[in-house]
Amino acid sequence: MTALGDHKRERIDALAARAGQLPEGEAGLSLTRSAIRRLRRDPVAITGAVIVLVFLVVAAFAPLLAPKDPVTQYLLSEIRPGTIPGPREGFPLGVDNLGRDLLSRLIYGSRQSLLIGVVSTLLGLVAGMALGVLAGAFGGWVDTAVMRFVDILLSIPGLLMAITISVLLGQNQYALMIAIAVVQVPIFARLLRGSMLAQRGSDYAVAARALGVKQGRIVFGHVLPNSLSPVIVQATLSLATAIIEAAALSYLGLGDPDIARPEWGAMLANAQDFLSTRPALAVWPALCIIVVALGFTLLGERLREALDPKFRR
Amino acid sequence: MSPLQAPVLEVEDLAVRFTRRGEQPTLAVDGVSFSVAPGETIGLVGESGCGKSVTSLAIMGLLPRRGVEVTGSVRFDGNDLVDAPDHVLRGLRGADMGMVFQDPLSSLNPTVPIGTQVTEVLLEHRQMSKAEARDEATRLLDRVGIPDPGRRLKEYPHQLSGGMRQRALIAMALACAPRLLIADEPTTALDVTIQAQILELLRELVVDSGTALVMITHDLGVVAGLCDRVHVMYAGKIIETADRHDLFARPRQPYTGGLLASVPRLDSARGAPLTPIRGSARDAIPWAEGCAFAPRCDNAQDDCLTEVSGSTVPLVPDGPGRELRCRHPLEHPSAPSGATASGAAR
Repeated sequence: MTALGDHKRERIDALAARAGQLPEGEAGLSLTRSAIRRLRRDPVAITGAVIVLVFLVVAAFAPLLAPKDPVTQYLLSEIRPGTIPGPREGFPLGVDNLGRDLLSRLIYGSRQSLLIGVVSTLLGLVAGMALGVLAGAFGGWVDTAVMRFVDILLSIPGLLMAITISVLLGQNQYALMIAIAVVQVPIFARLLRGSMLAQRGSDYAVAARALGVKQGRIVFGHVLPNSLSPVIVQATLSLATAIIEAAALSYLGLGDPDIARPEWGAMLANAQDFLSTRPALAVWPALCIIVVALGFTLLGERLREALDPKFRR
Repeated sequence: MSPLQAPVLEVEDLAVRFTRRGEQPTLAVDGVSFSVAPGETIGLVGESGCGKSVTSLAIMGLLPRRGVEVTGSVRFDGNDLVDAPDHVLRGLRGADMGMVFQDPLSSLNPTVPIGTQVTEVLLEHRQMSKAEARDEATRLLDRVGIPDPGRRLKEYPHQLSGGMRQRALIAMALACAPRLLIADEPTTALDVTIQAQILELLRELVVDSGTALVMITHDLGVVAGLCDRVHVMYAGKIIETADRHDLFARPRQPYTGGLLASVPRLDSARGAPLTPIRGSARDAIPWAEGCAFAPRCDNAQDDCLTEVSGSTVPLVPDGPGRELRCRHPLEHPSAPSGATASGAAR
C-alpha cells in the first residue's frame, strides 16, 4: 500500500517538475495556440478528440438518436430462460434480459457515464486545486500539514477509497460523484503544489519580488497561471479514470439505483448472469467504456506532449 | 556626477551565511563594504560563485529568511535595510531600487503579456489609473528603445527578441525612476552586438537620471566600458578596489592580474596559448587560513598561508583611492605597462 502511494507520488512529482517549461522559438504564436497547432497535426490526438466528440454528441442528443425508449420492455413473449432475442429489425443490437432495447440503453448510458466523469473530475479538480494552492502559496507548516493529509489519501488505493465513501454516503449518483472526486483530490493537490513550488523559485518570481510586487499578486497573477498546464493535462486523463471508476462502482452495485437512467457499469453487472446465453449484453457496454476511456486518454497524453517541451519532435 | 555627493547606498561589513541543519555553514559573502553615489557606476567583478550575486540579493532583501543569516549593514539613504520589515523593503523595491537580472527570458513571466508586467510595477508604486499606467508603459518601452511599443505591450515574452526582452526588463526596473539600479550580469545572455546596445542604454540612463548603478559582472569588457570604480571579489571577499583606469593599468592583486591576462586579445600571435588562471574557484581555501587565492596564485609565498588560525590577510589602503588584500602584490615599474592596460578594454 505504501509502495503504491510512493509510486503515485513520484509520478505526480515528475509531472509537476516539468510545469511551465516552455518550448522556445515558436515566434509569433502564443503558448496555447502553438499547442493547439501541434495537436491538430497529430493523428493520435485527432483520433482521441473525434472519439470524445462522438460520445459527447451521442450523450447530448440521446433522446433523438435512441430508436426506442430505454426502459420500455419489448418482445417479452420471446424471452425465456436460456434465450434472449438477438439483433432483428427495430432492435439492431437486440434486447436485454428484461426486453429493453440494448442500443437505446447504450446511448442513454453515455449520458450517465460522461456526466459522472465530468462532474466528479471537476469536483476533484476544484478541491484538489484549493488544497494545492493553499500548500503552494503559503509553504511552511501549512504546506506540511496539507501535504501529509494528501499523502495519507494517496496511500489508499483509489477504488477502495471510492467504495468506502460511496458505502458511507449511500446509494445515489451524487454519492458516486463525490466518491470518485475524493480519489482525484490528492492527485490534483500534489500536482499543483509541486508545480507551484517549482515556479515560486523561478527567475520571474524573484524578478517580480525585486519590483516590489505583493506576495499575493505574485502567487495568483504569476505563479498560479504558470503552474496550471500539468493540472489541465491530468484533468483530461482523470476523466478516463473517472468513467472507468464510475462503471466499476456501478458494477459493484454502488451506482445509481434509478432504473430510468441506464449506466454502462450497471449494464455490465447485469449482463454477467447471461454471459453464456448472450455475451453481447456484456460486450457492448464494456466496449463503450473502453473506447470512451481510450479517447480521453489519447487526447490527454497528446495534450501533455503538446504542452511539454521535452516531448517535442 | 561627483563622487563627493552623499552616497545612495552604503554597504558595510556585509556578510551572508547559509546555514543548513546538520551541515557546516557556508560564508558566501564576508565583510564586503562599498558605497555608490548618485550618477556613479561601480563594478562588482569576480568569477562564478565568488558571492557577487548573493551580495546583490542581500542588498535587495531577496534572500530567503530561513537558512540565511545576513549581518553587517546596508544603508539606503541612511536607513538600514538588513533588519527592515518586509513591507518597508517591498515599498523600496521597484520604486527606489531596481534590479535587472541575467536571463531576460526566464525573468519575464511567459504567460503574461509584456504590457501587464510593466504596468504592474506602476500600479504597485505610483497612484495611477490603468489607462495612465498603459500610456506610461508605452512611454517607458519607447525610452528604452523598443520600436512600436504600443504593439509590443500586447505581446508575450517569447515573441520578443533577447535584446528587446532585456530592454523591457530595464524598462520595468526603471519604471518608477529608482535612485539605485543593480544590474546582475545584464548582458551575459545576449549577443555581443546586443550587449553593446544594452550597455550603452544603461550608460545613458545613468547619465540622464543620475541613477546609481551597481554592475555585477565577470566581463572585464563591461567593466572597462561602464564602471567608475571596480571592486574585485574572490571567495566572498573584496580583494582589490580601484578606479577603472588604475585597475586596468596597474592591477595589484595577482588574481586581478590573472583576470586581465586571461582575456583573449586580438593582437596576440595566432595560436599563442591563452593564459588562464590555473585551478578553479573550488580550490579556494577558507580565508581564516590566510589568502583564499593562494593555492592558485603564482606569487604565493609561505606567509600567504598562515600557521596562525584566524589571521585573514587584511584589506588595506594601497595608494590613493585603492585598497588591496594581498601580501605579495604585483609590482609595476613607475610607468604603467601599456600592454596590460589596454588588454581587456574594448
